Amino acid sequence: MPADAVPPDALRFSGITKIFGGVKAVDDVSFTVGAGEVHCLAGENGCGKSTLIKIITGVYQPEPGAGMEIFGQTYAQISPTQARKAGIAVIWQDLALFAEMTVAENIAFETMLGNRPRAVSYARLHRVAAAALARLDVELDLDARLGSLPIAQRQIVAIARALVSDARLIFMDEPTASLTQSETDALLAVVRTLSARGVAVVFVSHRLAEVLEISSRVTVLRDGRLVGVFPTAGLTQSRLTELMTGTVITHDVMARDTGHNPEVLRIEGLTRAGEFGDISFTLRAGEVLGLTGLIGAGRTELCHTLFGMTRPDRGRIILNGQDLQLRSNRDAVAAGIAYVSEDRLALGLIQPQSIADNTVLSVLRQITGAGGLLSSRKKDATVSHWISELAVKIGTPADAVSTLSGGNQQRVVLAKWLATRPKVLLLDCPTVGVDVGARAGIFRIVRALAEKGLAILLVSDEVPEVFLNADRVLHMAGGRIAHEWDPRQTGLPEMEAAVYA
Amino acid sequence: MTGLYRRLSAVFGPEVPGLLGFLVLVLVVFGVFAPNFLTGANFGSIAFQLPELGLLTLAMLMPIISGGFNLAIIYTANMAGLTLAFVLKQYGGVDAGYWPFILGTVLAIGVGALSGAVMGAVIAYVGAHPILVSLAMMIFLRGLGEFLTKGGDISGFPAWMATLGHGTVLGIPVPLILFLVCAVLWHILLNHTRHGFSVRMIGSNIRAAGYSGLHTRRTLILIYTLSGIMCAIAGILMLSRFNSVRVGHGEALLLVTVLACFLGGVDPFGGFGRVLPVVIALIVLQVLSSGLNLLGANQHLSTAVWGLFLVGVMILRWGAGRLSERRRRGS
Repeated sequence: MPADAVPPDALRFSGITKIFGGVKAVDDVSFTVGAGEVHCLAGENGCGKSTLIKIITGVYQPEPGAGMEIFGQTYAQISPTQARKAGIAVIWQDLALFAEMTVAENIAFETMLGNRPRAVSYARLHRVAAAALARLDVELDLDARLGSLPIAQRQIVAIARALVSDARLIFMDEPTASLTQSETDALLAVVRTLSARGVAVVFVSHRLAEVLEISSRVTVLRDGRLVGVFPTAGLTQSRLTELMTGTVITHDVMARDTGHNPEVLRIEGLTRAGEFGDISFTLRAGEVLGLTGLIGAGRTELCHTLFGMTRPDRGRIILNGQDLQLRSNRDAVAAGIAYVSEDRLALGLIQPQSIADNTVLSVLRQITGAGGLLSSRKKDATVSHWISELAVKIGTPADAVSTLSGGNQQRVVLAKWLATRPKVLLLDCPTVGVDVGARAGIFRIVRALAEKGLAILLVSDEVPEVFLNADRVLHMAGGRIAHEWDPRQTGLPEMEAAVYA
Repeated sequence: MTGLYRRLSAVFGPEVPGLLGFLVLVLVVFGVFAPNFLTGANFGSIAFQLPELGLLTLAMLMPIISGGFNLAIIYTANMAGLTLAFVLKQYGGVDAGYWPFILGTVLAIGVGALSGAVMGAVIAYVGAHPILVSLAMMIFLRGLGEFLTKGGDISGFPAWMATLGHGTVLGIPVPLILFLVCAVLWHILLNHTRHGFSVRMIGSNIRAAGYSGLHTRRTLILIYTLSGIMCAIAGILMLSRFNSVRVGHGEALLLVTVLACFLGGVDPFGGFGRVLPVVIALIVLQVLSSGLNLLGANQHLSTAVWGLFLVGVMILRWGAGRLSERRRRGS
């Protein structure tokens, strides 16, 4: 290790291996973060990112032979307490904050632990919290209850708390997963402030665009091994994807002309006050219609109305020439509309229940046999048909669906809805939480379904997704359709400029 | 041994072999130490005592699997019993014939169903927590029952009704037959019908179940209605066993039904649970208490042992879970 590095690197880990039950979760990985550097740790789910972070923070012990150095000091073994003392903090996705406590309490409570006298000094809490927020150039109401704040501001609170405990190296696990574009920009600004003040930040993120924007170097892991450390200057999204997945993913515009196909769904002047207004479009058989826009543009709300979960104030939904009056989503399913929710964990699947049960959930009548009893023969046949049709990788159908990867879970969601033989499929951000490599598989399925004549509305907040995979693209902003594009005529930069304007 | 364990698990489910092991253990221990334990008379008395608790446990089971609770089971049962008692009194009391009994039974089941349906509707449409809703129903029914009976007993029913509570058919106690029929019905309902499927899905995640097109409100109402009907059957049985009705009959059984459900491997967070292990758990509880009784311990001690037993089973399940986890990771 070089003694001439001044100031010392925040982190120099080398030869890190971790074996779980005979499987190398992390295999001879080296990881270095410079002082004050913004570094990105990239890789698909299961590539060893979290294991590596847990080794660095002392949660797991690596196999013997690892070299561990934090801010110039060498460690033979690291405990969670030592890691914290050395200035390492992790902000997990769930933030680990107290929703019922105030902003000030959340930021500064640790400074009170073990103090004598045991009484809490609220004046000091405020002082400490205000100072931490000032270091981030952020203003928040210190007395606001944390639970009343949007996620983006809670993240700021979590970062401020890390600063209070003198963190000099902060890991952020998927910090932007649930943020809008402007909130993401604000967070990136905070990260830059931190970096300028000498605090190193390791960003763990699926969103390649912001990875490239914020970090100076990126460490890529694949299957537990180090692929390499790359400067982000000159790195493109597609190159990074290739490094992460090890395969070349083609980025060709898939759009076709579907203007002569029969019309399946026609929306006329659909309006729901406060959510969206005056939405009109048509969707044809075999067409993939993209719908993009920022979070809060009304995309999901529109899907909910089309799926019968909410009632429109005005306007018509016409399916195959017939006016639909949807009173519930059961009416929508019966009419031939299926909806893949953006929130797969909470709404798309019943996580603790089995793969088989999740697959037949929407078609219980189909698997009902003699005497109104469920037929296990019909159920098994339905499940195995869809598992093989969509190439879902499973152990046994009796396993809990939560044991599957994001991509395979999404296939189960698709299986559940395709089993209802829908005419229209509403896909609301179908690749959220799905690995970059598995996304291509999802879109291959979407394309194949369209070829078979299904009418598909593909909603996504990632403009490239709809640009590459849709036949036409609608841009929704402020609850209204702002643009309609043909990906064969309008380029991606133009679309992104309009959406992120 | 492990082969037998695997086969029992495969056929009857993972909870069953452990519970059967417990049952054998309890039988052996009391068989050795308690006089008159391994006798027909003892098992006969167990067979007569089990069904009341068993029926009430079935009434508790379905709400718990759906992620809910029904605190009102005891008072629903007694309110149904009161309904039957009032009808019998109206038509001559001791001299009442079969028709008043049939009319009273229908009305009693109607009362149970109504109390359940009201709870289910409030839970489904208002979104209030089942514990609060059923607590309100429990207090309401207790108050109403005490008002109607002025806090006393109602007794004096036709003598032939004793057959229901004390008779046997081919040597099998009638209450036991009634319980087994209900248990089989419940098993079919929970494992082989759309309703049962929906109950489990709702128990794990009611919103996702709704998004997938399940009629969650209707299912909730049906769950509590069926629970109320099962209570009514228990109430009618209690009436004929005690030859009297009082609002507070069997109050102590309320939490024992919950105990039996959890012993039987029902997930306290909802979504998972089966009838067969719960029935075995009921038998274990009943055998435990009758064995302790024969040893001369009083009723309170056997309640204490029940509590310890649940703690023991939880520790064992935790241990078994860790063991299989370690095996999986080791292999």
